[in-house]
Amino acid sequence: MSALREIEYRDALREAMSEEMRRDAKVFLLGEEVAEYNGAYKVSKGMLDEFGPRRIIDTPISESGFAGLAIGAAMQGLRPIVEFMSWSFSLVAADPILNNAPKMLYMSGGQFGCPIVFRGNDGAGGQLGSTHSWCVEGMFSNVPGMKMVIPATPDDAKGLLKTAIRDDDPVFFLESERMLGLKGHVPEGDEILVPFGQARIRREGTDCTLASWGRPVHFCLEAADALAKEGISCEVIDLRSIRPLDIGSVVRSVKKTSVCVVVDQSWSFGSPGSELAAQVHRHCFDDLDNFVHRVHTADVPSPYAFNLEQEYLPNARRICEAVRAATYNA
Amino acid sequence: MPPHAADIRSPFDIHRGASAPRLAADRTPPSAETLCKWLRDMMLIREFEVRCMQAYQDKKIGGFCHIYIGQEAVAVGCVAAMKPEDPLVTAYRDHGHALARGMTPEACMSEMFGRVDGCAKGKGGSMHMFDKTHNMFGGHGIVGAQTPLGAGLAFATKYEDEVLRKGKSSRVTLCFLGDGALNQGAVHEAMNLAGLMDLPVVFVVENNGYSMGTSIHRGTTQGHDLRSKASGYGIDSAIVDGMDVLETYHGMKTVIDDARARSRPWFIDMRCYRYKGHSMSDPRKYRTRDEEDAWETGDPIGRLNKQLQKQGILSEEQAKDMLREVKNEVRACVAFADASPIPAAEELYTDVFVESWGRYTGSSKPSMLGGGTNHPSFKSIDPSTDSTEDLV
Repeated sequence: MSALREIEYRDALREAMSEEMRRDAKVFLLGEEVAEYNGAYKVSKGMLDEFGPRRIIDTPISESGFAGLAIGAAMQGLRPIVEFMSWSFSLVAADPILNNAPKMLYMSGGQFGCPIVFRGNDGAGGQLGSTHSWCVEGMFSNVPGMKMVIPATPDDAKGLLKTAIRDDDPVFFLESERMLGLKGHVPEGDEILVPFGQARIRREGTDCTLASWGRPVHFCLEAADALAKEGISCEVIDLRSIRPLDIGSVVRSVKKTSVCVVVDQSWSFGSPGSELAAQVHRHCFDDLDNFVHRVHTADVPSPYAFNLEQEYLPNARRICEAVRAATYNA
Repeated sequence: MPPHAADIRSPFDIHRGASAPRLAADRTPPSAETLCKWLRDMMLIREFEVRCMQAYQDKKIGGFCHIYIGQEAVAVGCVAAMKPEDPLVTAYRDHGHALARGMTPEACMSEMFGRVDGCAKGKGGSMHMFDKTHNMFGGHGIVGAQTPLGAGLAFATKYEDEVLRKGKSSRVTLCFLGDGALNQGAVHEAMNLAGLMDLPVVFVVENNGYSMGTSIHRGTTQGHDLRSKASGYGIDSAIVDGMDVLETYHGMKTVIDDARARSRPWFIDMRCYRYKGHSMSDPRKYRTRDEEDAWETGDPIGRLNKQLQKQGILSEEQAKDMLREVKNEVRACVAFADASPIPAAEELYTDVFVESWGRYTGSSKPSMLGGGTNHPSFKSIDPSTDSTEDLV
């Protein structure tokens, strides 16, 4: 049964946390509504029953306080998982998560590490308006000393989260409220530990490399289906982690296709997408038939209206347009 | 005198909820030997700071440098009341805490000189003194940022003792902050969490009356009695005279013992005064020289010195010898720091991550190949073979 088992993205996250908590008593989960409410998005459903209130800890709405508290606990050697109901709410905890966690090892000369996972929903798409739709990868990935992971499918959600919990450095784990109900095959147990910095080729192709991560990987696959009907063959690469960035897999693909479109759900200015594009230019300077095209969310605050929000996202239509332009099929 | 000076309660004044058991300050007198050690420790901090100021003016120390002169009794008295296994975390005026906790003057001075023998190999600087072997969890540069960390350290020791070892919570965290930090949201969030979670942490507010150049009454409500900040979170509190090392010790010993026994937070309004400016660039135009003189009359070092001589524990000659010895020790630590090598250029890329990993190959030197650490609690360095040539 387990070989073909299909579960939701949220269940995969829960399995990862539960398995790691059974393995290591130093791991605990804290955040808003994670315990008695069973998780604002039911990710931690049932975990209070299994692990009790000392390890599944409800916090007040106090991100700066509980994120900082968890960092202190990590300095002492525990391995906290901090759930932000939304990464949008992590902005009030910017000082602890950006100024403390990723820098502690360095500024203590290697004495105090921070084995901690911050995780939660990231990205627009739920008509939540400007304040609740943050893609924090643009701002936060700028900071050295942390790792940033952004799974697109349930199996990766589980495998990457287990790796994140075992990692000795701070990991920013970006989920998506829009994908929590996504179903997929997820194996049980340790065989699904997914290492950071290894991209996954989601679809092979010959004419254009589509490089992306997180939810937009699905937009890329949708676009690749549509473009196939036009005779344009796209290779879709899911980078899975932003730090470390598996530039090698993208370069290998671009050397084959000679065309690259980067799809990133953050704003374009100073983003992981712009970093990736710069690196592809550097490594594939003589291989490219066109400059690297980029599809980002529109450079405006997230709108509320359904149609505007759909247009705001790096959706399949906008990806198709970029691929046609990059391959001179426009 | 600053407006709050008149309110100093001495002896130790404890404020508790009506339902709480009455707490009497533990006044067991320390031994003559201990008292002499405290005097020496305070002299050492002061002399160290004097030399810091000189070295700063000589441009041997860069960046910001916050001098602890005047507040020596706080660090020495508090640390004396702690156990070695109790965590300590503080803000950026941290040299005194580091030295009181046991960091060598050589490591502390070398850190400020930006040399490899510094406690953080020159990567932290004056505001970031870390010493794992002495459970010193830093100096932290952002006002109030260490306060949630302090709550977290207390959470962790309690978790280790109660959840992992199935025993009783046995350690107390001392979390120092300035009176200016009381207006930071993070501090209030930390106090709320500490109160909610029964965390054994003592928030020691080193109330020197000024947040940089702003006197407490210009920046903080209830500045005349900060205990009201704690009562809002159900946290027991006390005013302690931080200009007197014996008062500080007795007060803190009582409080720390109680926090340990009941696994509860405490809040201390520690009345003290920094004789120098906020940092080296501060000309102190916001206060009068009369006010400074008044506070310096109650100097903690002079006070204890006089007391020990009066009691016949220390002769005038012995006190002078002690100071001479301390001066020599600090002079030697400056020479040591000056002779310590600058960090090798490769140090720029170490201690970024615990393990060497990743293949970040941007146009600058790969930032992810650092990894590794010199501390045995972390895994050893695994030399990475990643390079830009290795991509395809």
